Amino acid sequence: MSADFVRIEGLHKRFDKLEVLRGIDLAVGEHEVVCLIGASGSGKSTLLRCVNLLEPIDAGRILIGGSDITLADVDVNQVRRGIGIVFQAFNLFPHMSVLDNVTLAPRRVLHRPRPEAERDAGELLARFGLADKRDEYPDRLSGGQQQRVAIVRALAMQPRLMLLDEITSALDPELVAEVLNVVRELAAGGMTMIIATHEMGFARDIANRVCFLDAGRILEAGPPEEIFSAPTEARTRQFLDRVIAAGRM
Amino acid sequence: MLIALVSTVVFFTVIAVVVTSSPSWALVQQDFFDPAVFWAYLPVIAVAFLTNIALFMLVEVLVLILGLLVAVARGLPGPVFFPLRLLAIAYADIFRGLPSLLIIFILGFGVAGLGIPGVPNDPFFWAAVSLTLVYTAYVSEVYRAGIESIHPSQAAAARSLGLSQAQTLRFVVVPQAIRRVIPPLLNDFIGLQKDTVLVSYIGLVEAFRTANIAQASLFNYTPYLALSVIFLVITLPLTRLTDYLVARDRRRLLAGAR
Repeated sequence: MSADFVRIEGLHKRFDKLEVLRGIDLAVGEHEVVCLIGASGSGKSTLLRCVNLLEPIDAGRILIGGSDITLADVDVNQVRRGIGIVFQAFNLFPHMSVLDNVTLAPRRVLHRPRPEAERDAGELLARFGLADKRDEYPDRLSGGQQQRVAIVRALAMQPRLMLLDEITSALDPELVAEVLNVVRELAAGGMTMIIATHEMGFARDIANRVCFLDAGRILEAGPPEEIFSAPTEARTRQFLDRVIAAGRM
Repeated sequence: MLIALVSTVVFFTVIAVVVTSSPSWALVQQDFFDPAVFWAYLPVIAVAFLTNIALFMLVEVLVLILGLLVAVARGLPGPVFFPLRLLAIAYADIFRGLPSLLIIFILGFGVAGLGIPGVPNDPFFWAAVSLTLVYTAYVSEVYRAGIESIHPSQAAAARSLGLSQAQTLRFVVVPQAIRRVIPPLLNDFIGLQKDTVLVSYIGLVEAFRTANIAQASLFNYTPYLALSVIFLVITLPLTRLTDYLVARDRRRLLAGAR
C-alpha cells in the first residue's frame, strides 16, 4: 500500500444524467495541503463530499490511511469522525450555542464527558479568537465568526484530514482574511487538507500542490508556482486569465 | 383610528337594533340569555368542564409523543423500513379522512362493546383513545412538514461530524423542526379542546352533556351559553398566542434572522 494518506482512484460520480466527476485520480500525502481550483460546476465540491462519504460514488475507490472507505461494509460514521469538513454556508446548528455546536459531536459520538469536552472546546475557541463567543447563538455572529466556529467544530473531533469547501465564498470581502488566517495556522500545524477555493492568492500561498479541475477531471496538477505562472493546458490559462480579469488574483 | 372607532360603533349599534327589534326577540332572550339560569348553571358546567380539561391535557401529551414517532417512522430511509413507512402513511391518511365523531362511535360503542377481557369499557378511556388516534394523525403531519422544512445541509453537517442518522434527527433536525411547528401544533390543540365535547355521545358526562341535561330539564338554552363562555376563556388566549407566534415568525423570516 502506498504511503499516501489519501488516495483517490478512478472516481466517477453522476447525478442522474450529469456526470460530475469523470475519473479523478489524486494522492495526498500526510501534512500536505492540496488546493482544488476550477470554475463553478467543475466538480470541486462534489469531490470533497465524496471523500467524506456525503455522496455515494459510482465507480472508483477512496483510500484513507491505506484502507478503502468506499467498501459496502465500512462504518461511515466511523470514517467521518476522522475527517473534518467545512462548508461554504457554515451550516452551524442555529438552535445551539457556539459551545454546544462544538461539543455536540465529541459528546455524542466520542462519548466524552461534558466538562472535558467543554474544556477542550473552550481551548480551541480561545485559540481562534472566539473565547468570548462561546455562549452566543450563531445568528449573533458575523459570517467570519460563524465560519471560524464551523472550523473549530470540525477540529473538535481531532480529524486527521480537513476538507474545506469554498469556505470564504459566502463571506463579505473584509471577513475573508480572518478565516484564511485560521487555515494558514492549521497548515502550519501540519494538518492534511484538501481545499476547494476561488481565492487564488491564498491557494498560491498555502498549497503544496494545486489541481485544476475542468468538467469533472483533474486537467493539470503541480506546485502552485508552476500552475499559476506557467500552466501547460490552454483551459487552465483561460481560467486563470478570467480570474485575473475579475480581479481575484 | 377615529374612523375605525366610529364605524365599529355604528356597525354594532345597527346589529343590536336589528336583533332586539325582531318580532321574537323577547322569546329568544328568555330562552338563551336568562341571567338567573346562567349564574345558576355556570359553576355546575364549569365543574363538569374539568373532565374536558383532564381529557385534552392527557390527549395532548400522548399526541405530542406519538405524533413525533409516526412522523419519524414515515421519514425512515431505506427499503428495510418500507412496511413501517407504509403503515404510518395508511394510518395518517385513514384517521385524517374520517370524521372524529365516527371514530369515537366505532371505538366507544363497537370496540368497547366487544367486552374483551382486560380491555376497559370506561367511556373516558375510549374517549381518550379515539381523540388520541385522530389528533396523532394530524399532528404527525405537522411534525413531518417541520422535519422536511429543515434544510438538508443541517443533516449533512451533523453526519459529517460522525453523528448517526438517529442522532442527527434527535439533536439537530427534530429540535429545530419542533420550534418551527409550535404555531400549527397550537392550532391543532384548539381543535382538540373543542372536539372533547364529541365524546359526550358515548356517554361520558362532561361539560356539554351536563349543559345538555340542564337544557332538557329547564327547556332553556342558556346553559349552552354558559359553556360557550367557558370554552372561549380557554381557547381565546390560545388563539391569540398562536396568531402572535405566527406573526413573530413571519417578521423573523422577513428580517432574514434565520
